[in-house]
Amino acid sequence: MREFILALIFLCSVGSTAHAVPESWTEILQKARGQTVYWNAWAGDENTNQFIAWVIQRVDKEYGVKVEHVKIKLTSEAVAHVVAEKAAGRNEGGAMDLIWINGENFLAMKQQGLLFGPFTHLLPNYRLVDTVGKPTTVTDFAVPVDGMEAPWRMAQIVYVYDKARLTDPPRSMPAMLEWAKKNPGRITHPQTRNFLGSTFLKQALYELVDDPSVLQEPATDENFAEVTAPLWTWYDELKPNMWRKGEQFPESGPAMRQLLADGEIDIMISFSPNEASISIAKGILPDSVRTYVLEKGTIGNTSFVAIPYNANAKEGAMVVANFLLSPESQAHAQNPEVMGNFTVLDLNKLTDKERQAFKNLPKGVATLSNENLGVPLLEPHPSWMNRIVEEWERRYSK
Amino acid sequence: MDESYSGRVGTKILQVALIRPGLFQATLRLFPVVALCLFLAPVGAGLIATVLPAFGYFPALGGESLSLEPWRTLFTLPGIAESLRLTLFTGFLATLLAFVIVIGFCSVVHGTRLFNRAQIMLSPLLATPHVAVAIGLSFLISPSGWMARWVSPWLTGWNRPPDVSIIHDPLGLSFVLGLLLKEVPYLTLMTVAALGQVRSRETLVVARSLGYSPVKAWLRTVLPQIYPQIRLPIYAVLAFSMSVVDVAIVLAPTNPPPLSALVFRLFLDRDLKMIFPAAAGACLQFMVVVAAICLWRLMELTVQRVARPWLTKGPANERNLFAGPFWIGIVGGLVSLSLLGTLALVLWSFARSWFYPQSLPQAWTLSHWARQLQGLVWPSTVTLVVGFSAAIIALILTIGCLQNERVNGLGSTSRTLWLLYTPLLVPQIAFLFGVQILLVRFDLDSTWTALVWSHLLFVFPYVFLSLADPWRSFDVRYRDSALTLTGSSLKTFFLVELPLMLMPTLFALALGFAVSVGQYLPTIFAGGGRFTTLTVEAVTLSSGGDRRVVGIYAFIQAALPLIVYCSAIMIPRWAYRKRRGMHL
Repeated sequence: MREFILALIFLCSVGSTAHAVPESWTEILQKARGQTVYWNAWAGDENTNQFIAWVIQRVDKEYGVKVEHVKIKLTSEAVAHVVAEKAAGRNEGGAMDLIWINGENFLAMKQQGLLFGPFTHLLPNYRLVDTVGKPTTVTDFAVPVDGMEAPWRMAQIVYVYDKARLTDPPRSMPAMLEWAKKNPGRITHPQTRNFLGSTFLKQALYELVDDPSVLQEPATDENFAEVTAPLWTWYDELKPNMWRKGEQFPESGPAMRQLLADGEIDIMISFSPNEASISIAKGILPDSVRTYVLEKGTIGNTSFVAIPYNANAKEGAMVVANFLLSPESQAHAQNPEVMGNFTVLDLNKLTDKERQAFKNLPKGVATLSNENLGVPLLEPHPSWMNRIVEEWERRYSK
Repeated sequence: MDESYSGRVGTKILQVALIRPGLFQATLRLFPVVALCLFLAPVGAGLIATVLPAFGYFPALGGESLSLEPWRTLFTLPGIAESLRLTLFTGFLATLLAFVIVIGFCSVVHGTRLFNRAQIMLSPLLATPHVAVAIGLSFLISPSGWMARWVSPWLTGWNRPPDVSIIHDPLGLSFVLGLLLKEVPYLTLMTVAALGQVRSRETLVVARSLGYSPVKAWLRTVLPQIYPQIRLPIYAVLAFSMSVVDVAIVLAPTNPPPLSALVFRLFLDRDLKMIFPAAAGACLQFMVVVAAICLWRLMELTVQRVARPWLTKGPANERNLFAGPFWIGIVGGLVSLSLLGTLALVLWSFARSWFYPQSLPQAWTLSHWARQLQGLVWPSTVTLVVGFSAAIIALILTIGCLQNERVNGLGSTSRTLWLLYTPLLVPQIAFLFGVQILLVRFDLDSTWTALVWSHLLFVFPYVFLSLADPWRSFDVRYRDSALTLTGSSLKTFFLVELPLMLMPTLFALALGFAVSVGQYLPTIFAGGGRFTTLTVEAVTLSSGGDRRVVGIYAFIQAALPLIVYCSAIMIPRWAYRKRRGMHL
């Protein structure tokens, strides 16, 4: 048995080797042809799955790159697999080629050296990205992207309510608290280890904190308690007036959406401005639901794709990342009947014809215009999120 | 038996005596060895690869030296004590209730027509995967669920669903109910199999003639005989209840969840450093299960001692606390909940929209099925291929081991073969991460081999459990006579022994298939995302919460094993339609 353990220890400590990737786009295209890209992407949303299916078709036809959508429940499943591969010393020929990622998972992989790159400078379509007007495309949750992941869609916090049951939704955190006190049990958020759960707290913090700029720096032992104090005062009052008296929480965003559909709650938070319209179209939510944002604005962020350091088909993965940034793909993604996510591109950098494609898109009945959404607020540094979740568990777990 | 026949037997006996132990016997000896190696190696190795990170050793994430830090982190996690308490409480309650219900049910219906049909009626329930049952149940009983909709708002006045905890309730009772829906059919079938092995009829006649009522006679004379044979299945139920993840996510409390779900969350936490306390949590989970089994064993011994005077004091005028209809009602209720839950999911799969308080969908559509159909092909194929491969391999291994016992007379192998149950007793999460690292190391991950093997770890013990008793109770005189007639062990096996055991063999195959269909974690860890089965799709999609899509997957997920079960019942009937003596 001792030999066995020693062997295992040996297995876990094999060094890493690099494998060369061509620098020119034509060479990348050549090498990519015939490759199979395993794209790990959260598969809890049917519309996104169908958009990915469309991408798979187009990339196959255009570039001869086969893509398999590896459907996962949590991005961290994919991250854990890369960790297991590194632990086993498989530094080449890994099972994952492309991962839909952002925020904490990105930070974790970047810190642990599990990512390939920088690579975005190699993608021809990357120059169309609106890196100035959409700062979240280069700063992911206050972490510099450094070309290690390519943006593909914008997201912004909105709130969804049912106007059949609620005429005038609360547009600020104090108003939300007042409303909950008058209507106990009609609001909730997903459990806080879920990203939407922590997002609910983060958005509240943003509004309740004295000076939001402090959130762009990492949280410290010194300032955390003081900065977040107003959040906990607010939450302490809200919690007993939440669904199930704040003792239970839905597992995920979609589980919360089901509660809205079942009439168990009246308001929910969403990270997709088009979720309400799409859900109406699919019959998931009643056609009386509408979307709104807060008076002082809401947090926005960007979804990215990244390539693991040991990916087997890095060239193919880059071809997919580049296709996702094409005006064609971006306009398709923004179509509310498809997915309804706003583009990461700067429309001014496009040709007239490409721009027109965006202007011709239909608009969902419960979707706000870009103007109504307002300029998104920047995501706080991930350290805030991690600490808020830990503090929440410390305070409210039995 | 006529003269010439007995004469032939005499000459055959002489011939058999001259046959040397052939290749058949020698090959059989290998089966237990191969089976053990196939099983213990990955489980043991997997455990080690999980224990190392639990003590801080995991170079891939910068853990270069041994430390107790992961354990400190684990034990300072908020809610860990409550998680542990919840796991112990729900695990024991579910197992105890399942045991009491099964014993109550069997004691009142044993020997009746209902009992003979129980096997056929309960088997399909065994086939439905746990998570599908759990999702169906959650829709059935939640405050905005189907049952509430039947009576709202016209009777209850609930224009909005009431704000009460039914699923995810703080005590975990709905979780226990969800577990019972699967465990009661399973334990009942195991009890039915055990009853076939003891001389229950004769003992019952004697006990009743001494003045015991039928139920009391059963509890006093039959139960003590069969308990040793259903002990292992009970331990498996106990271990399963305490370590299941997917059912816990659907039904158990969420803040904090039971230990199993907590450890699973930690393994998948966005902060990779959490893998250390997660590994420690997996070890803790393992220790908790071992401790629980020891505790159960202790309870057995106590009951044995305390109950002895009661067992032997003779018929007294005890009042029957619960009569027959009570137990039949409970089992019937559980069966109905299972069926209704599945029916509700099927309705959802045809619903365009279905909002509270409508008790039926407002609008119907076929579009969900039309859209999903193409996507169903690959997961269904993988499910079928892996399910049958694992079940058939498990069946061959099982028959090999059992036939080895019969032919080579090594009753003792059964004493070491209990080790095969380790994959059922060790929480999956405690060794699957380690197995994954090993598979990657040997370039086996994301291959069919890895997938089938990882399923086999869980399929084989169940197949063995289900086939061992019928096989061992086989009347060896059939074999002896056949041997004298054919002179060949191989011929005897295929022409006489296997046909006689066709029914239990096919049942074991069907059970093995159903177990494979239900596997979630092994597919995730060994499949590396290359392979997706119906269960993986269903669990993944249930994270998206769209009941209509979940309904489709749950339906097919339940239908596949059901078809296999029905075939297992029909094939022997068809094959033996001309043999009156073998009609079932």
